[in-house]
Amino acid sequence: MKPILDIRGVSKFYGSFQALDRIDLTVAEGEVVVVVGPSGSGKSTLIRCVNLLERYDTGDIHVDGIRVETGRNLAAVRSEVGMVFQNFNLFPHMTVLRNVALPPMRLRGLSREAAEARARHLLDRVGIGAQADKHPAQLSGGQQQRVAIARALAMEPKVLLFDEPTSALDPEMVGEVLDVVQSLARTGVTMIVVTHEMGFARRVADRVIFMEAGRILEEATPDAFFTAPREERTRAFLHSVLNH
Amino acid sequence: MDIVDTFFNLAVLRDSLPLLLMGLGTTLGLGLTSIALGLLGGLAIALARLYGPRPLTWLAVAYIDLFRAIPILVLLIITYYALPFVGIRLSPFAAATTALSMVSASYAAEIFRAGIQAVPRGQFEASQALGFRSWWMMIDIILPQAVRIVIPPLTSNCINVMKDTALASVVAMPDLLKQATQAQALAANPTPLIGAAAIYILLLLPLVRAVGTLENHLAKGRR
Ligand SMILES: Nc1ncnc2c1ncn2[C@@H]1O[C@H](COP(=O)(O)OP(=O)(O)OP(=O)(O)O)[C@@H](O)[C@H]1O
Ligand SMILES: [Mg+2]
Repeated sequence: MKPILDIRGVSKFYGSFQALDRIDLTVAEGEVVVVVGPSGSGKSTLIRCVNLLERYDTGDIHVDGIRVETGRNLAAVRSEVGMVFQNFNLFPHMTVLRNVALPPMRLRGLSREAAEARARHLLDRVGIGAQADKHPAQLSGGQQQRVAIARALAMEPKVLLFDEPTSALDPEMVGEVLDVVQSLARTGVTMIVVTHEMGFARRVADRVIFMEAGRILEEATPDAFFTAPREERTRAFLHSVLNH
Repeated sequence: MDIVDTFFNLAVLRDSLPLLLMGLGTTLGLGLTSIALGLLGGLAIALARLYGPRPLTWLAVAYIDLFRAIPILVLLIITYYALPFVGIRLSPFAAATTALSMVSASYAAEIFRAGIQAVPRGQFEASQALGFRSWWMMIDIILPQAVRIVIPPLTSNCINVMKDTALASVVAMPDLLKQATQAQALAANPTPLIGAAAIYILLLLPLVRAVGTLENHLAKGRR
């Protein structure tokens, strides 16, 4: 299959601290990659380099053949890469509908009618259609995160990045968000999901990646990863998260 | 009775009212023009200060510091009485508007900067991740939130500009205060001055109250 995302030898330093250490990762079109690992291992840093919310110091990242770098192309590349944040980051001064409709209006040249039609369709798809005219603050965390997913989808991105999309949610809302992410995975959207939800990883991932200290330590299918991890560090990590 | 006749003389007030209202018109024209220019200039300076290339940020900082340090009256007298020596001759209105809006812009710039910096980083990141270029990100996402945060100090600044318009009477601007002093001289009675004071207060008190209410409201919302 055709690679949609290609990360080659990427390193990232914060001062003298190395947050990413020569990362190589290729993601095929339609693939769902789940990234797990202990806190501080560089998971967020890695996916934030993909849309250049963090700069990387060495190596190359290509999205659909276009290099991710500062300059004239950056905004265009970014609009091909959707991101869903831990804290939703919805625009609080706009209605839910406008949150989803505005980006394709501004950035894809859609008419207001077309953008709002697309937004309503997507809001229905994530189960928020009835709340379209409310403001984000009037929604629960789970609902807000589903709106954030709809907002990212409205740009029809080639790759969707999730940075712990359920970590800021009350436990009873985790399921509704993971269900939406899982249904997206089935429709063939390319996704990289950073999460601590191991059950989700096992159900939804095509490939699981284990990061530690800025490196990819292990990479496997979910079955292999959860039943027969190769690395001692991976076993220790799984032991700690699955038994807590 | 003497005090009433001297300070609250209705006959004098009635006679001077047309003059006072003309003055009010001038004051409003001067104040609103300076407020509008000050806000626009302040926004531009704040953006230069935050996002401009290095030399531009230095210029912005220098501007902000300089115009917050200079007394408006001094600046006003310079624009009206000193600039003609280098061939720049401004009308009283232009001189007063220039002085007031230059100072107002320096304060507004700091207020806008504080507002922009108070918008959570996640808002910038979400806009950038979607592919917004800086210009649209500012217009659609950041400024609407920033302005909402700083409405109370921004309104205070507008009130100050309105009050400072009274200084324009020293450059022969026929504003409310100037008209009142003229009416006072004409009637040989200070009632027009009291009338002018009352008009200033009627004009600005609701705004002052609104700022207080808004600040309380915001403080509650934050808790
Ligand atoms: N802006 C920064 N300045 C300095 N160090 C940073 C910065 N951002 C992250 N780091 C460091 O880089 C390392 C990787 O951080 P990162 O946020 O990518 O970890 P993570 O795997 O996402 O962790 P978590 O599971 O807690 O979200 C951490 O040690 C962190 O302290
Ligand atoms: Mg993280």
